[in-house]
Amino acid sequence: MEVQLENVENSICKGISLKVKSGEILVIAGRTGAGKTTLLNIIAGLIPYKGRILFDGKVADHLPPEKRQIGYVFQNQLLFPHMKVWENVAFPLKVKGFKGEALKEKVKEALQMMGIGELWDRYPSTLSGGEAQRVALARAIIGMPKLLLLDEPFSKVDLGTAKRLRLHLKKIQREMGITTLFVTHNLQEAFEMGDRIALLEEGRIQQIGTPEELLFSPANCSVSSYFGNPNVFWCLGQKGLSIGVAQVDLGSFSLIVPWSGKRILKVAFFPWNVYLSPDPPPGPKVNRFKGRIESIERVSSLTKVKVQIGKSLITVDMEESNLREMELREGKEVYVIIPLRWIRTFEVEDGV
Amino acid sequence: MRKNLWGLIPIGIALLVWELFIRLNPHALWPGPGTVFLTFIGLLKSGELGIALFKSSIRVFLGLFLGTSFGFLLGLLMGTRKSVELWLSPLLSILYPIPALGWLPLLILWLGIGEKLPIALIFLCSFFPVLYNTLRGIKEVPQELIWASRVLGASKLRTLLQVVLPLALPNILTGLRLEAGMAWRTVLASEMIAIPSGIGAMMWKAESLMRVDVIIVALGVLGLACFLSERVFIWLENRCLKWKSSWKM
Repeated sequence: MEVQLENVENSICKGISLKVKSGEILVIAGRTGAGKTTLLNIIAGLIPYKGRILFDGKVADHLPPEKRQIGYVFQNQLLFPHMKVWENVAFPLKVKGFKGEALKEKVKEALQMMGIGELWDRYPSTLSGGEAQRVALARAIIGMPKLLLLDEPFSKVDLGTAKRLRLHLKKIQREMGITTLFVTHNLQEAFEMGDRIALLEEGRIQQIGTPEELLFSPANCSVSSYFGNPNVFWCLGQKGLSIGVAQVDLGSFSLIVPWSGKRILKVAFFPWNVYLSPDPPPGPKVNRFKGRIESIERVSSLTKVKVQIGKSLITVDMEESNLREMELREGKEVYVIIPLRWIRTFEVEDGV
Repeated sequence: MRKNLWGLIPIGIALLVWELFIRLNPHALWPGPGTVFLTFIGLLKSGELGIALFKSSIRVFLGLFLGTSFGFLLGLLMGTRKSVELWLSPLLSILYPIPALGWLPLLILWLGIGEKLPIALIFLCSFFPVLYNTLRGIKEVPQELIWASRVLGASKLRTLLQVVLPLALPNILTGLRLEAGMAWRTVLASEMIAIPSGIGAMMWKAESLMRVDVIIVALGVLGLACFLSERVFIWLENRCLKWKSSWKM
């Protein structure tokens, strides 16, 4: 289902217009209090708003929540505490009139798809965060909704579980082709999940685009700052080394980067993914360079270290304690390490 | 089971102390446990106790049923319609603190002395608490759970029946459990004052005949009735609210 918002607003959201293509995952990213949850609640028809919402080109403003064909995973899961796991998952189907064995069979399938078949008879209060999250997901998709709204669904589970659940969810979403709006404040989650990302700040959309567009061509300082002011470099030349990797010339230094075979236009890596070492690091000399500390600036709990490599300046985020431990100071020579797996490239077809 | 048996020991000790006290201080107005037990058997055999208990039970049941039903329905209406709540709250807030027995003089004048009187009193004593517990129960259901139900496809009515009411049930049942005992106390008072039948009337008659043994039997039966009513509601709570053991709203 294609979803279109036209100048939607209430006391928190300000004139939001966007289009979610059928089957895509649009991540609504933004800091806490930006209006992300409010936007989902508006789309679900749970709170009043002005403006127009269209589902597949038809105005949906008059539709009550139960008629919008939506699956919604709330931030706190909101499983019904008086129903067992299977009853929770069966709820959307019972509403549609499913009964008896047919109902139980479908619930069994959904629970098995989520890998939680053994939780059948448990009450929500006895589940772990990850288990509850899977139940909430099963409940949201069992009714085959046309639009899936996910509000920070993995914020209450540990990092490993969150990663597994993200992969699982993406696979299911692709298989079912459900248009999905995924709210998160987690940058890594936004990049991993989103076909496109909409950055929301103070109730307004700052920019919508592919993760690469937002990273490499931020519309304003606010977008750039949200993405942690990444280190972005124009690619001056490239040489394919083998399947999947290429060597790129960034002017002052050259990097080995992930490569899909297209022309690389820009290369970026986040300040928190770059490491510094006062001594030459062991191992092969790939993506490690000698530089000199240009400046050290403290920003709240982090320390931003700017390192000069040739004519280029690289920003590195460090913890104050590590900085002190390594006795780093302005003017000192250091080794910069940029891990291959954290480098993102902006590739275009030849001739673009 | 062993726990329950432990609870019987203090009762046995109390009976023993009572018997000893009576033997050491014999008095016409102080019957021993043996005498009271024989009176109990005599009242049972004559049917007097059974009829009195039946009449009181019918009054308690009818009063509770009507008070609970109306209290629940109005609580439901106030809990789901903000305008009704705003409209009725001030009036009910004034009426609620009046103890049920406070209405007795008015009810005697309006309804006369008869069967309607204890039923009306029990109605009043259960109506307000059930109303407020229902209202509170509904209000305490998190709005987000109602939203969850609606986006999962449930209509307002289905959400009310399958989500809101089951979650409000703990509060409603707690109110009922407390009021069941209160209903027995109220029926006793009204029967003693105004009605010539039932457990209360039996006690009142026994007082005028100085039959302390009958009064003690009636008190024992009343205590047992209150206890059993409460156990019924506790059983109901345990049965209906299995999910609640580790969940907090």
